[in-house]
Amino acid sequence: MLRAEGLYHSFGRVRALDDVSFTVNPGQTLAVFGPNGAGKTTLLKVLAGLIQPQRGHAHVDGGRRAIGWIGHQPQLYGQLTVNENLRFWASLYDTRPASDLLARLGLEEHAQRPVRALSRGLVQRVAIARALVHDPRVLLLDEPFTGLDRIAAEALSRLLSQHAAGGRATVLVTHNVEEGTELATDVAFMRNGRFVHFAPRSGRDASEIAEEYRHAVA
Amino acid sequence: MPLPDSLRHAWYVARKDLLVEFRSRTAILAAAAFVVLVLVVFNFGRDPTAVSNVDLAPSILWVTFTFAAMLALNRAFQLELENQAIDGLLLAPIGRSSIYLGKLIANLVFVATIEIIGVPLLALFFNIRILPIIGPLTGVIALATVGFVAVGTLFSAMTVRTRFAELLLPVLLLPFMIPPLIWAVLATSRLMADRPLSEIGGWLKMLAAYDIVFIGVAILLFPATVNE
Repeated sequence: MLRAEGLYHSFGRVRALDDVSFTVNPGQTLAVFGPNGAGKTTLLKVLAGLIQPQRGHAHVDGGRRAIGWIGHQPQLYGQLTVNENLRFWASLYDTRPASDLLARLGLEEHAQRPVRALSRGLVQRVAIARALVHDPRVLLLDEPFTGLDRIAAEALSRLLSQHAAGGRATVLVTHNVEEGTELATDVAFMRNGRFVHFAPRSGRDASEIAEEYRHAVA
Repeated sequence: MPLPDSLRHAWYVARKDLLVEFRSRTAILAAAAFVVLVLVVFNFGRDPTAVSNVDLAPSILWVTFTFAAMLALNRAFQLELENQAIDGLLLAPIGRSSIYLGKLIANLVFVATIEIIGVPLLALFFNIRILPIIGPLTGVIALATVGFVAVGTLFSAMTVRTRFAELLLPVLLLPFMIPPLIWAVLATSRLMADRPLSEIGGWLKMLAAYDIVFIGVAILLFPATVNE
């Protein structure tokens, strides 16, 4: 479903990606942990096709149409309402927002409000709705829990679990091990553009993975 | 991607841009105020006995439109960077040409709105009889506007990620605007002087050729300006 082979990309002398290879199959959720500057965001941008790698290649079954993306920024228009934003993004995929999408994220009462009038947490929820608006087969998530309160974080976790249960793939990058572990079927640690650890989660809990992470990236 | 799909996606992008502008109204109000101010200043600042209205009005009209259009062109891609919406556009399964054409359509509507405000004001302040020449004048304005907005939309995408985008855009764009502006001023002055339409035929053809060439070039170059 998603395959990366020998990805290499540098910005000047900084190697953002250095020979990164992996596969994510349907139903799998790969959590990539790494400190700031490890190359996590570059990895997601290469997987999404927003950056062309200097070596290697990434392949997603279904191409761009199959990808849902949550980046550092919400990718929304502040002057437009929540509904208008979602309808616009859905139109680019020749579809309409699912009728229950707003309800699943607790956004029904905010549908007619301009995005610029929403709190940061609500904006992040709308950004999640935007990423899911075309029912993507592959989700690429860059620090998706940032700015979410506990209830919204739980709603997002439920959505991601449903997404994986539906035979879809997810790649989630974060520097917060506790956040990402719960959903992960596979775990990778990234440092200086390289995967220094990549293995199935295999029942390890967040504290065990956090301990391994500290050793791996120290 | 089939042409109907490309045009449909371009329309979605344009409609979104126009809705954003309709909600904020900042750029359109600023541009309209600029047009009114320039025309008022020229109206009271000139010596009517030195140069006739018909000789002066075409140049003032096009200088006013040119700088008012800069406001539209500067904001065209700025709004895509505010929340990094450009990433979503680039990731969507639409052609890069659809993004360019959508921006072009929205910019044309914006500049046309400014021109609809500016032409009657010019007629009023400079005592020009517009109604008898409204058809051919609309043709000249449309052809010239399409040309410089087509180039401006491309340069707007090129400069938006730079530190001095608002300064860089006019510096890059103005040299490319010189040919259509000269042809537009010449054609407009002939029209306002009640010269026969046959006298402006050549300039209209050159404006049309400029539009075709630069829209084609912009569509080809646009992907390189937005890819990281």
